[in-house]
Amino acid sequence: MSELKLMKGNEALAEAAIRAGVDGYFGYPITPQTEIIEYLMTERPELRTGMVVLQAESEIAAINMVYGAASTGKKAMTSSSSPGISLKLEGISYLAGAELPAVIVNVVRGGPGLGTIQPSQADYFQSVKGGGHGDYKLYVLAPASVQEMADFVEDAFDIAFKYRAPVLILSDGLIGQMMEKVVLKPQKLRMTNEELIEKNGDWAVTGKKGRERNIITSLDLQSEKMEARVRRLMKKYEQMEKEDLRFEKINCDDAEYLIIAYGSSARISQKAVELGRAKGIKVGLLRPITLFPYPKKALFDLADQVKGILSVELNAGQMVEDVRLSVEFKVPVEHFGRTGGIIHTPEEILEALEQKIIKNGSIRHHKTRESSIL
Amino acid sequence: MTEEIIIAGFGGQGVLSMGKILAYSAIMQNQEVSWMPSYGPEMRGGTANVTVILSDERISSPYLKIVDTAIILNQQSMDKFEESVKPGGILIYDPNGITAHPTRTDIKIYQIEGTKLASEMGNKKIFNMIILGGYLKVKPVVKLENVIEGLKKSISERYHNLIPLNVEAITMGMNNIVPYKVQEAIFQN
Repeated sequence: MSELKLMKGNEALAEAAIRAGVDGYFGYPITPQTEIIEYLMTERPELRTGMVVLQAESEIAAINMVYGAASTGKKAMTSSSSPGISLKLEGISYLAGAELPAVIVNVVRGGPGLGTIQPSQADYFQSVKGGGHGDYKLYVLAPASVQEMADFVEDAFDIAFKYRAPVLILSDGLIGQMMEKVVLKPQKLRMTNEELIEKNGDWAVTGKKGRERNIITSLDLQSEKMEARVRRLMKKYEQMEKEDLRFEKINCDDAEYLIIAYGSSARISQKAVELGRAKGIKVGLLRPITLFPYPKKALFDLADQVKGILSVELNAGQMVEDVRLSVEFKVPVEHFGRTGGIIHTPEEILEALEQKIIKNGSIRHHKTRESSIL
Repeated sequence: MTEEIIIAGFGGQGVLSMGKILAYSAIMQNQEVSWMPSYGPEMRGGTANVTVILSDERISSPYLKIVDTAIILNQQSMDKFEESVKPGGILIYDPNGITAHPTRTDIKIYQIEGTKLASEMGNKKIFNMIILGGYLKVKPVVKLENVIEGLKKSISERYHNLIPLNVEAITMGMNNIVPYKVQEAIFQN
Protein backbone atom coordinates (compact mmCIF):
# COMPACT_ATOMS: atom_id res chain seq x y z
CA MET A 1 0.00 0.00 0.00
CA SER A 2 1.22 3.53 -0.70
CA GLU A 3 1.80 5.68 2.37
CA LEU A 4 1.89 9.43 3.08
CA LYS A 5 4.81 10.55 5.25
CA LEU A 6 6.76 13.66 6.24
CA MET A 7 10.39 12.88 5.46
CA LYS A 8 13.74 14.41 4.67
CA GLY A 9 14.84 14.01 1.05
CA ASN A 10 17.68 11.72 2.07
CA GLU A 11 15.39 9.52 4.16
CA ALA A 12 12.77 9.34 1.41
CA LEU A 13 15.42 8.21 -1.07
CA ALA A 14 16.64 5.53 1.34
CA GLU A 15 13.14 4.22 2.05
CA ALA A 16 12.34 4.25 -1.67
CA ALA A 17 15.45 2.16 -2.32
CA ILE A 18 14.22 -0.52 0.08
CA ARG A 19 10.74 -0.43 -1.45
CA ALA A 20 12.10 -0.60 -5.02
CA GLY A 21 13.63 -3.97 -4.19
CA VAL A 22 17.25 -2.80 -4.43
CA ASP A 23 19.67 -5.65 -3.68
CA GLY A 24 22.62 -3.77 -2.24
CA TYR A 25 23.65 -0.37 -0.91
CA PHE A 26 27.33 0.34 -0.30
CA GLY A 27 28.28 3.69 1.16
CA TYR A 28 30.45 5.80 3.36
CA PRO A 29 29.15 8.69 5.50
CA ILE A 30 29.60 12.34 4.51
CA THR A 31 27.47 15.43 5.21
CA PRO A 32 24.92 16.32 3.85
CA GLN A 33 23.91 12.80 2.71
CA THR A 34 24.64 10.75 5.84
CA GLU A 35 20.92 10.31 6.58
CA ILE A 36 20.79 7.87 3.66
CA ILE A 37 23.12 5.28 5.20
CA GLU A 38 21.88 6.16 8.70
CA TYR A 39 18.28 5.46 7.69
CA LEU A 40 19.18 2.23 5.90
CA MET A 41 21.17 0.99 8.92
CA THR A 42 18.30 1.84 11.31
CA GLU A 43 15.59 0.33 9.11
CA ARG A 44 17.49 -2.95 8.78
CA PRO A 45 16.21 -3.80 5.29
CA GLU A 46 17.99 -7.16 5.48
CA LEU A 47 15.04 -8.21 7.64
CA ARG A 48 12.46 -6.69 5.29
CA THR A 49 13.70 -7.73 1.84
CA GLY A 50 17.14 -9.24 2.30
CA MET A 51 18.74 -6.05 0.93
CA VAL A 52 22.42 -5.73 1.84
CA VAL A 53 23.45 -2.44 3.46
CA LEU A 54 27.15 -2.08 4.04
CA GLN A 55 29.35 0.73 5.28
CA ALA A 56 32.54 0.33 3.32
CA GLU A 57 35.98 1.39 4.56
CA SER A 58 36.09 4.22 2.02
CA GLU A 59 34.24 5.74 -0.92
CA ILE A 60 36.56 3.93 -3.32
CA ALA A 61 35.78 0.59 -1.71
CA ALA A 62 32.05 1.37 -1.85
CA ILE A 63 31.97 2.11 -5.60
CA ASN A 64 33.97 -1.05 -6.31
CA MET A 65 31.52 -3.07 -4.22
CA VAL A 66 28.82 -1.59 -6.47
CA TYR A 67 30.84 -2.73 -9.50
CA GLY A 68 31.04 -6.25 -8.08
CA ALA A 69 27.37 -6.46 -7.16
CA ALA A 70 26.26 -4.96 -10.48
CA SER A 71 28.38 -7.53 -12.34
CA THR A 72 26.12 -10.23 -10.95
CA GLY A 73 23.07 -8.50 -12.47
CA LYS A 74 21.81 -7.21 -9.13
CA LYS A 75 20.42 -3.77 -8.37
CA ALA A 76 23.31 -2.02 -6.62
CA MET A 77 23.67 1.58 -5.49
CA THR A 78 25.85 4.00 -3.57
CA SER A 79 25.57 7.57 -2.38
CA SER A 80 27.93 10.31 -1.29
CA SER A 81 28.50 14.04 -1.43
CA SER A 82 30.85 15.99 -3.67
CA PRO A 83 34.35 15.15 -2.30
CA GLY A 84 33.26 11.53 -1.95
CA ILE A 85 31.95 11.45 -5.52
CA SER A 86 35.33 12.71 -6.74
CA LEU A 87 36.84 9.62 -5.12
CA LYS A 88 34.27 7.36 -6.78
CA LEU A 89 34.85 8.70 -10.30
CA GLU A 90 37.42 6.08 -11.29
CA GLY A 91 34.91 3.39 -10.38
CA ILE A 92 32.11 5.22 -12.18
CA SER A 93 34.19 5.32 -15.38
CA TYR A 94 34.79 1.56 -15.00
CA LEU A 95 31.04 0.97 -14.54
CA ALA A 96 30.34 2.91 -17.74
CA GLY A 97 33.13 1.10 -19.60
CA ALA A 98 32.03 -2.33 -18.43
CA GLU A 99 28.41 -1.42 -19.30
CA LEU A 100 27.05 -2.09 -15.85
CA PRO A 101 23.73 -0.83 -14.49
CA ALA A 102 24.11 1.00 -11.19
CA VAL A 103 22.72 4.02 -9.37
CA ILE A 104 24.94 6.68 -7.80
CA VAL A 105 23.52 9.48 -5.66
CA ASN A 106 25.33 12.78 -5.17
CA VAL A 107 23.90 15.10 -2.50
CA VAL A 108 26.05 18.03 -3.54
CA ARG A 109 27.84 20.37 -1.12
CA GLY A 110 29.97 23.43 -1.85
CA GLY A 111 33.45 23.00 -3.27
CA PRO A 112 36.15 22.81 -4.47
CA GLY A 113 38.15 20.73 -2.01
CA LEU A 114 36.46 19.92 1.28
CA GLY A 115 34.56 23.16 0.67
CA THR A 116 31.49 23.47 2.86
CA ILE A 117 28.69 21.21 4.02
CA GLN A 118 25.99 23.59 2.78
CA PRO A 119 23.99 23.13 -0.45
CA SER A 120 25.58 23.71 -3.86
CA GLN A 121 25.20 22.78 -7.52
CA ALA A 122 28.88 23.11 -8.35
CA ASP A 123 29.15 19.48 -9.51
CA TYR A 124 27.25 20.08 -12.76
CA PHE A 125 30.37 19.81 -14.92
CA GLN A 126 31.53 16.74 -13.02
CA SER A 127 28.14 15.10 -13.55
CA VAL A 128 27.45 15.82 -17.21
CA LYS A 129 30.89 16.31 -18.75
CA GLY A 130 32.40 13.00 -17.80
CA GLY A 131 34.04 13.58 -14.44
CA GLY A 132 35.89 10.31 -14.74
CA HIS A 133 38.16 9.43 -17.65
CA GLY A 134 37.20 8.27 -21.12
CA ASP A 135 34.33 8.69 -23.57
CA TYR A 136 31.32 8.12 -21.40
CA LYS A 137 28.26 9.92 -20.09
CA LEU A 138 25.98 9.40 -17.16
CA TYR A 139 22.20 9.60 -17.38
CA VAL A 140 21.65 12.37 -14.81
CA LEU A 141 18.37 12.90 -12.92
CA ALA A 142 17.98 16.11 -10.90
CA PRO A 143 15.23 15.84 -8.25
CA ALA A 144 13.61 19.09 -7.07
CA SER A 145 11.45 17.75 -4.25
CA VAL A 146 11.39 15.10 -1.56
CA GLN A 147 8.81 13.23 -3.65
CA GLU A 148 11.25 13.11 -6.56
CA MET A 149 14.06 11.93 -4.28
CA ALA A 150 11.83 8.92 -3.63
CA ASP A 151 10.44 8.43 -7.15
CA PHE A 152 13.76 8.79 -8.97
CA VAL A 153 15.31 5.72 -7.32
CA GLU A 154 13.10 3.36 -9.27
CA ASP A 155 13.27 5.53 -12.41
CA ALA A 156 17.07 5.48 -12.18
CA PHE A 157 17.22 1.70 -11.93
CA ASP A 158 14.81 1.34 -14.88
CA ILE A 159 17.13 3.47 -17.04
CA ALA A 160 20.27 1.77 -15.69
CA PHE A 161 18.97 -1.66 -16.71
CA LYS A 162 17.39 -0.46 -19.97
CA TYR A 163 20.80 0.75 -21.18
CA ARG A 164 23.16 -1.25 -18.96
CA ALA A 165 24.71 2.03 -17.84
CA PRO A 166 25.34 3.88 -14.59
CA VAL A 167 22.78 6.54 -13.65
CA LEU A 168 23.42 9.52 -11.40
CA ILE A 169 20.84 11.13 -9.13
CA LEU A 170 22.17 14.67 -8.69
CA SER A 171 20.61 16.20 -5.60
CA ASP A 172 21.98 18.75 -3.15
CA GLY A 173 22.04 19.61 0.54
CA LEU A 174 18.81 21.57 0.30
CA ILE A 175 16.69 18.80 -1.23
CA GLY A 176 18.45 16.18 0.90
CA GLN A 177 17.90 17.94 4.23
CA MET A 178 14.44 19.46 3.79
CA MET A 179 11.22 17.70 4.78
CA GLU A 180 8.11 17.52 2.65
CA LYS A 181 5.12 15.27 2.23
CA VAL A 182 5.98 12.15 0.31
CA VAL A 183 3.82 9.32 -0.99
CA LEU A 184 5.79 6.08 -0.81
CA LYS A 185 5.14 3.27 -3.23
CA PRO A 186 4.23 -0.20 -2.00
CA GLN A 187 7.05 -2.60 -1.12
CA LYS A 188 8.39 -4.62 -4.04
CA LEU A 189 10.15 -7.92 -3.63
CA ARG A 190 13.76 -8.21 -4.72
CA MET A 191 14.03 -10.10 -8.02
CA THR A 192 15.43 -13.60 -8.17
CA ASN A 193 18.34 -14.44 -10.52
CA GLU A 194 15.85 -16.09 -12.90
CA GLU A 195 13.60 -13.04 -12.92
CA LEU A 196 16.58 -10.74 -13.49
CA ILE A 197 17.72 -12.80 -16.51
CA GLU A 198 14.17 -12.96 -17.84
CA LYS A 199 13.79 -9.19 -17.59
CA ASN A 200 17.28 -7.90 -18.36
CA GLY A 201 18.92 -10.61 -20.46
CA ASP A 202 21.60 -13.14 -19.64
CA TRP A 203 24.74 -10.98 -19.50
CA ALA A 204 25.66 -11.06 -15.82
CA VAL A 205 28.16 -13.29 -14.05
CA THR A 206 25.88 -15.67 -12.20
CA GLY A 207 27.78 -18.98 -12.57
CA LYS A 208 28.16 -20.35 -16.12
CA LYS A 209 26.48 -23.75 -15.70
CA GLY A 210 25.00 -24.75 -19.07
CA ARG A 211 26.01 -21.66 -21.03
CA GLU A 212 29.03 -19.77 -22.42
CA ARG A 213 30.79 -17.71 -19.77
CA ASN A 214 29.86 -14.04 -19.45
CA ILE A 215 32.74 -11.63 -19.05
CA ILE A 216 32.39 -8.23 -17.39
CA THR A 217 35.33 -5.95 -18.08
CA SER A 218 36.09 -2.43 -19.23
CA LEU A 219 39.40 -3.54 -20.77
CA ASP A 220 39.81 -4.13 -24.51
CA LEU A 221 43.43 -4.09 -25.68
CA GLN A 222 42.40 -4.57 -29.32
CA SER A 223 41.78 -1.08 -30.63
CA GLU A 224 39.05 -2.13 -33.08
CA LYS A 225 37.13 -3.86 -30.31
CA MET A 226 37.57 -0.90 -27.98
CA GLU A 227 36.38 1.49 -30.66
CA ALA A 228 33.34 -0.71 -31.25
CA ARG A 229 32.64 -0.55 -27.52
CA VAL A 230 32.88 3.26 -27.50
CA ARG A 231 30.54 3.41 -30.53
CA ARG A 232 28.10 1.16 -28.69
CA LEU A 233 28.17 3.54 -25.72
CA MET A 234 27.57 6.54 -27.98
CA LYS A 235 24.56 4.76 -29.53
CA LYS A 236 23.12 4.32 -26.04
CA TYR A 237 23.54 8.02 -25.31
CA GLU A 238 21.86 8.92 -28.61
CA GLN A 239 18.97 6.65 -27.72
CA MET A 240 18.72 8.26 -24.27
CA GLU A 241 18.43 11.66 -25.97
CA LYS A 242 15.63 10.38 -28.19
CA GLU A 243 13.66 8.34 -25.68
CA ASP A 244 14.40 9.42 -22.13
CA LEU A 245 14.81 13.20 -22.05
CA ARG A 246 12.78 14.78 -19.25
CA PHE A 247 11.99 18.43 -18.53
CA GLU A 248 9.20 20.61 -17.18
CA LYS A 249 7.92 23.96 -18.47
CA ILE A 250 6.27 26.33 -16.01
CA ASN A 251 4.51 29.53 -17.17
CA CYS A 252 6.31 29.37 -20.53
CA ASP A 253 3.34 29.77 -22.90
CA ASP A 254 3.32 33.58 -22.95
CA ALA A 255 6.82 34.10 -21.52
CA GLU A 256 8.93 37.03 -22.73
CA TYR A 257 11.79 36.09 -20.44
CA LEU A 258 13.00 32.69 -19.36
CA ILE A 259 14.69 31.35 -16.24
CA ILE A 260 16.32 27.96 -16.57
CA ALA A 261 17.18 26.08 -13.39
CA TYR A 262 17.28 22.53 -12.05
CA GLY A 263 16.93 20.91 -8.62
CA SER A 264 16.77 23.23 -5.61
CA SER A 265 17.44 26.29 -7.81
CA ALA A 266 14.35 25.43 -9.85
CA ARG A 267 12.21 25.48 -6.72
CA ILE A 268 13.56 28.85 -5.63
CA SER A 269 13.32 30.20 -9.20
CA GLN A 270 9.67 29.16 -9.36
CA LYS A 271 9.00 31.55 -6.49
CA ALA A 272 10.96 34.22 -8.39
CA VAL A 273 8.64 33.58 -11.36
CA GLU A 274 5.62 34.04 -9.06
CA LEU A 275 7.06 37.32 -7.73
CA GLY A 276 7.88 38.47 -11.28
CA ARG A 277 4.42 37.64 -12.60
CA ALA A 278 2.90 39.59 -9.66
CA LYS A 279 4.95 42.60 -10.88
CA GLY A 280 3.68 42.12 -14.44
CA ILE A 281 6.87 40.56 -15.85
CA LYS A 282 6.06 37.73 -18.24
CA VAL A 283 8.65 35.23 -17.08
CA GLY A 284 8.63 31.45 -17.38
CA LEU A 285 10.72 28.61 -16.00
CA LEU A 286 12.28 25.71 -17.83
CA ARG A 287 13.35 22.94 -15.45
CA PRO A 288 15.56 20.23 -16.89
CA ILE A 289 14.73 17.04 -14.99
CA THR A 290 17.50 15.16 -16.79
CA LEU A 291 20.78 17.07 -17.17
CA PHE A 292 21.98 14.47 -19.62
CA PRO A 293 20.07 14.18 -21.90
CA TYR A 294 19.65 17.96 -21.94
CA PRO A 295 16.53 19.78 -23.26
CA LYS A 296 18.45 21.40 -26.14
CA LYS A 297 15.56 21.48 -28.59
CA ALA A 298 13.10 22.95 -26.06
CA LEU A 299 15.61 25.71 -25.32
CA PHE A 300 16.36 26.31 -29.00
CA ASP A 301 12.64 26.72 -29.69
CA LEU A 302 12.00 28.93 -26.65
CA ALA A 303 14.85 31.20 -27.82
CA ASP A 304 12.59 32.24 -30.74
CA GLN A 305 9.94 33.33 -28.28
CA VAL A 306 11.80 35.00 -25.38
CA LYS A 307 14.01 38.09 -25.25
CA GLY A 308 16.60 36.67 -22.89
CA ILE A 309 17.45 33.73 -20.64
CA LEU A 310 18.83 33.64 -17.10
CA SER A 311 20.50 30.43 -15.98
CA VAL A 312 20.14 30.16 -12.20
CA GLU A 313 22.52 27.73 -10.52
CA LEU A 314 24.13 27.39 -7.08
CA ASN A 315 27.58 27.70 -8.67
CA ALA A 316 29.82 30.18 -10.46
CA GLY A 317 28.36 29.43 -13.90
CA GLN A 318 28.39 25.88 -15.31
CA MET A 319 25.07 24.89 -16.90
CA VAL A 320 24.96 28.35 -18.54
CA GLU A 321 27.48 27.01 -21.10
CA ASP A 322 25.03 24.31 -22.21
CA VAL A 323 22.24 26.91 -22.38
CA ARG A 324 24.35 29.07 -24.71
CA LEU A 325 25.23 26.06 -26.87
CA SER A 326 21.55 25.07 -27.04
CA VAL A 327 20.21 28.47 -28.10
CA GLU A 328 23.10 29.07 -30.50
CA PHE A 329 23.38 32.72 -29.44
CA LYS A 330 19.88 33.59 -30.70
CA VAL A 331 19.20 35.54 -27.47
CA PRO A 332 21.32 36.88 -24.59
CA VAL A 333 22.02 34.26 -21.93
CA GLU A 334 23.33 35.25 -18.50
CA HIS A 335 24.17 33.36 -15.35
CA PHE A 336 23.14 34.08 -11.77
CA GLY A 337 24.15 32.07 -8.77
CA ARG A 338 25.57 32.07 -5.27
CA THR A 339 28.41 29.85 -4.13
CA GLY A 340 30.09 28.66 -0.96
CA GLY A 341 26.89 27.17 0.44
CA ILE A 342 24.87 30.40 0.28
CA ILE A 343 21.42 29.86 -1.19
CA HIS A 344 20.00 32.52 -3.47
CA THR A 345 16.65 33.98 -2.42
CA PRO A 346 13.71 34.33 -4.83
CA GLU A 347 14.05 38.14 -4.52
CA GLU A 348 17.73 38.00 -5.57
CA ILE A 349 16.88 35.88 -8.60
CA LEU A 350 14.16 38.28 -9.74
CA GLU A 351 16.52 41.21 -9.27
CA ALA A 352 19.20 39.43 -11.33
CA LEU A 353 16.65 38.82 -14.09
CA GLU A 354 15.70 42.50 -14.11
CA GLN A 355 19.32 43.74 -14.02
CA LYS A 356 21.07 41.24 -16.28
CA ILE A 357 18.37 40.37 -18.80
CA ILE A 358 15.46 42.81 -18.87
CA LYS A 359 17.52 46.01 -18.45
CA ASN A 360 20.49 44.99 -20.62
CA GLY A 361 18.69 42.61 -22.90
CA SER A 362 17.81 44.89 -25.80
CA ILE A 363 21.28 46.50 -25.93
CA ARG A 364 23.14 43.20 -25.92
CA HIS A 365 20.79 41.72 -28.47
CA HIS A 366 21.45 44.66 -30.75
CA LYS A 367 25.23 44.17 -30.37
CA THR A 368 24.97 40.51 -31.29
CA ARG A 369 23.07 41.39 -34.45
CA GLU A 370 25.61 44.06 -35.38
CA SER A 371 28.51 41.68 -35.05
CA SER A 372 26.72 39.06 -37.09
CA ILE A 373 26.40 41.60 -39.93
CA LEU A 374 30.15 42.24 -39.82
CA MET B 1 -4.02 30.08 2.41
CA THR B 2 -0.25 30.10 2.68
CA GLU B 3 1.68 30.72 5.89
CA GLU B 4 5.45 31.19 5.78
CA ILE B 5 7.27 30.98 9.12
CA ILE B 6 10.84 31.23 10.32
CA ILE B 7 11.54 29.80 13.76
CA ALA B 8 14.99 30.76 15.05
CA GLY B 9 16.84 30.31 18.31
CA PHE B 10 19.59 28.29 19.99
CA GLY B 11 20.28 24.68 19.09
CA GLY B 12 18.61 22.63 21.84
CA GLN B 13 15.59 24.90 22.30
CA GLY B 14 13.47 22.59 20.19
CA VAL B 15 13.32 24.92 17.20
CA LEU B 16 13.51 22.17 14.59
CA SER B 17 11.08 19.85 16.37
CA MET B 18 8.58 22.66 16.85
CA GLY B 19 8.71 23.20 13.10
CA LYS B 20 8.28 19.50 12.53
CA ILE B 21 5.21 19.28 14.78
CA LEU B 22 3.71 22.29 13.01
CA ALA B 23 4.39 20.64 9.63
CA TYR B 24 2.82 17.36 10.76
CA SER B 25 -0.22 19.24 12.11
CA ALA B 26 -0.73 20.85 8.69
CA ILE B 27 -0.47 17.47 6.97
CA MET B 28 -3.26 16.28 9.27
CA GLN B 29 -5.48 18.92 7.68
CA ASN B 30 -4.41 17.95 4.16
CA GLN B 31 -2.12 20.91 3.50
CA GLU B 32 1.15 21.02 1.59
CA VAL B 33 4.18 21.59 3.81
CA SER B 34 7.89 22.22 3.57
CA TRP B 35 10.43 22.20 6.42
CA MET B 36 13.83 23.59 5.57
CA PRO B 37 16.40 23.61 8.37
CA SER B 38 19.64 25.49 8.59
CA TYR B 39 22.07 22.68 9.14
CA GLY B 40 25.75 22.72 9.69
CA PRO B 41 28.42 23.50 12.23
CA GLU B 42 26.44 26.40 13.66
CA MET B 43 23.86 23.98 15.06
CA ARG B 44 25.99 22.86 18.00
CA GLY B 45 25.37 25.47 20.69
CA GLY B 46 24.97 28.18 18.08
CA THR B 47 21.86 29.34 16.33
CA ALA B 48 19.40 26.99 14.68
CA ASN B 49 16.58 28.01 12.43
CA VAL B 50 13.95 26.39 10.29
CA THR B 51 11.69 27.74 7.56
CA VAL B 52 8.25 26.11 7.57
CA ILE B 53 5.66 26.74 4.89
CA LEU B 54 2.05 25.57 5.13
CA SER B 55 -0.12 25.98 2.07
CA ASP B 56 -3.27 24.86 0.31
CA GLU B 57 -1.29 24.90 -2.94
CA ARG B 58 1.93 23.36 -4.22
CA ILE B 59 4.88 25.10 -2.52
CA SER B 60 7.52 26.59 -4.80
CA SER B 61 10.58 27.77 -2.87
CA PRO B 62 11.17 26.12 0.52
CA TYR B 63 13.82 28.78 1.18
CA LEU B 64 12.69 32.36 1.77
CA LYS B 65 14.05 35.76 2.63
CA ILE B 66 10.73 37.37 3.57
CA VAL B 67 8.13 35.57 5.69
CA ASP B 68 4.69 36.11 7.21
CA THR B 69 5.78 35.22 10.73
CA ALA B 70 9.09 35.09 12.57
CA ILE B 71 9.34 33.30 15.92
CA ILE B 72 12.54 34.55 17.54
CA LEU B 73 14.09 32.92 20.56
CA ASN B 74 17.50 34.55 21.01
CA GLN B 75 19.29 37.83 20.36
CA GLN B 76 21.35 36.59 17.39
CA SER B 77 18.16 35.53 15.65
CA MET B 78 16.52 38.87 16.47
CA ASP B 79 19.44 40.66 14.81
CA LYS B 80 19.16 38.44 11.76
CA PHE B 81 15.43 37.89 11.26
CA GLU B 82 13.56 40.98 12.50
CA GLU B 83 13.93 42.41 9.00
CA SER B 84 12.65 39.18 7.40
CA VAL B 85 9.03 39.81 8.43
CA LYS B 86 6.93 41.22 5.62
CA PRO B 87 5.14 44.52 6.37
CA GLY B 88 1.94 43.70 8.24
CA GLY B 89 3.44 40.39 9.33
CA ILE B 90 3.98 39.02 12.82
CA LEU B 91 7.02 38.77 15.06
CA ILE B 92 6.79 36.65 18.21
CA TYR B 93 9.65 36.58 20.68
CA ASP B 94 10.67 35.42 24.11
CA PRO B 95 12.16 38.42 25.97
CA ASN B 96 14.45 36.13 27.97
CA GLY B 97 18.03 37.05 27.03
CA ILE B 98 16.93 39.78 24.63
CA THR B 99 18.89 42.99 25.10
CA ALA B 100 17.90 44.80 21.92
CA HIS B 101 14.12 44.55 21.55
CA PRO B 102 12.47 44.77 18.13
CA THR B 103 11.96 48.26 16.79
CA ARG B 104 9.79 47.86 13.70
CA THR B 105 6.46 49.64 13.69
CA ASP B 106 5.11 48.20 10.42
CA ILE B 107 4.57 44.71 11.88
CA LYS B 108 2.65 43.21 14.80
CA ILE B 109 4.93 42.18 17.65
CA TYR B 110 4.06 39.79 20.49
CA GLN B 111 5.96 38.70 23.58
CA ILE B 112 5.74 35.35 25.28
CA GLU B 113 7.69 34.46 28.41
CA GLY B 114 8.38 30.91 27.25
CA THR B 115 11.55 30.33 29.25
CA LYS B 116 9.98 31.62 32.46
CA LEU B 117 6.75 29.64 31.99
CA ALA B 118 8.64 26.43 31.21
CA SER B 119 10.70 26.71 34.37
CA GLU B 120 7.53 27.48 36.37
CA MET B 121 5.99 24.33 34.92
CA GLY B 122 9.13 22.48 36.01
CA ASN B 123 10.07 21.16 32.55
CA LYS B 124 12.41 23.01 30.22
CA LYS B 125 11.69 20.59 27.38
CA ILE B 126 8.15 21.89 26.88
CA PHE B 127 9.48 25.38 26.13
CA ASN B 128 8.92 24.99 22.42
CA MET B 129 5.33 23.84 22.91
CA ILE B 130 4.58 26.94 25.00
CA ILE B 131 5.92 29.07 22.15
CA LEU B 132 3.89 27.03 19.64
CA GLY B 133 0.77 27.65 21.74
CA GLY B 134 1.43 31.38 21.73
CA TYR B 135 1.86 31.36 17.97
CA LEU B 136 -1.35 29.38 17.43
CA LYS B 137 -3.27 31.86 19.58
CA VAL B 138 -2.13 34.73 17.34
CA LYS B 139 -2.32 32.74 14.10
CA PRO B 140 -4.62 29.73 14.35
CA VAL B 141 -3.26 28.13 11.16
CA VAL B 142 -3.76 24.62 12.49
CA LYS B 143 -6.49 23.29 14.78
CA LEU B 144 -5.49 22.00 18.23
CA GLU B 145 -6.88 18.54 17.44
CA ASN B 146 -4.59 18.39 14.41
CA VAL B 147 -1.63 19.47 16.54
CA ILE B 148 -2.38 16.52 18.83
CA GLU B 149 -2.50 14.21 15.80
CA GLY B 150 0.71 15.81 14.56
CA LEU B 151 2.38 15.20 17.93
CA LYS B 152 1.38 11.55 17.76
CA LYS B 153 3.02 11.27 14.34
CA SER B 154 6.19 13.19 15.09
CA ILE B 155 7.16 11.76 18.48
CA SER B 156 7.87 8.10 19.01
CA GLU B 157 5.15 5.96 20.54
CA ARG B 158 6.92 5.36 23.83
CA TYR B 159 6.63 9.07 24.60
CA HIS B 160 2.93 9.32 23.76
CA ASN B 161 2.18 9.46 27.52
CA LEU B 162 3.72 12.96 27.39
CA ILE B 163 1.13 14.29 24.93
CA PRO B 164 -1.19 15.67 27.67
CA LEU B 165 1.78 17.59 29.11
CA ASN B 166 2.49 19.02 25.66
CA VAL B 167 -1.16 20.05 25.27
CA GLU B 168 -0.99 21.71 28.69
CA ALA B 169 2.09 23.63 27.54
CA ILE B 170 0.37 24.72 24.32
CA THR B 171 -2.62 25.96 26.35
CA MET B 172 -0.24 27.77 28.71
CA GLY B 173 1.30 29.50 25.70
CA MET B 174 -2.09 30.43 24.28
CA ASN B 175 -3.05 32.11 27.54
CA ASN B 176 0.17 34.03 28.00
CA ILE B 177 1.05 35.73 24.74
CA VAL B 178 0.81 39.53 24.90
CA PRO B 179 1.12 42.30 22.32
CA TYR B 180 4.31 44.35 22.52
CA LYS B 181 4.30 48.02 21.59
CA VAL B 182 7.56 49.48 20.30
CA GLN B 183 6.53 53.02 21.20
CA GLU B 184 6.01 52.25 24.90
CA ALA B 185 9.41 50.65 25.16
CA ILE B 186 11.07 53.82 23.92
CA PHE B 187 9.27 55.86 26.61
CA GLN B 188 10.35 53.38 29.27
CA ASN B 189 13.95 53.80 28.29
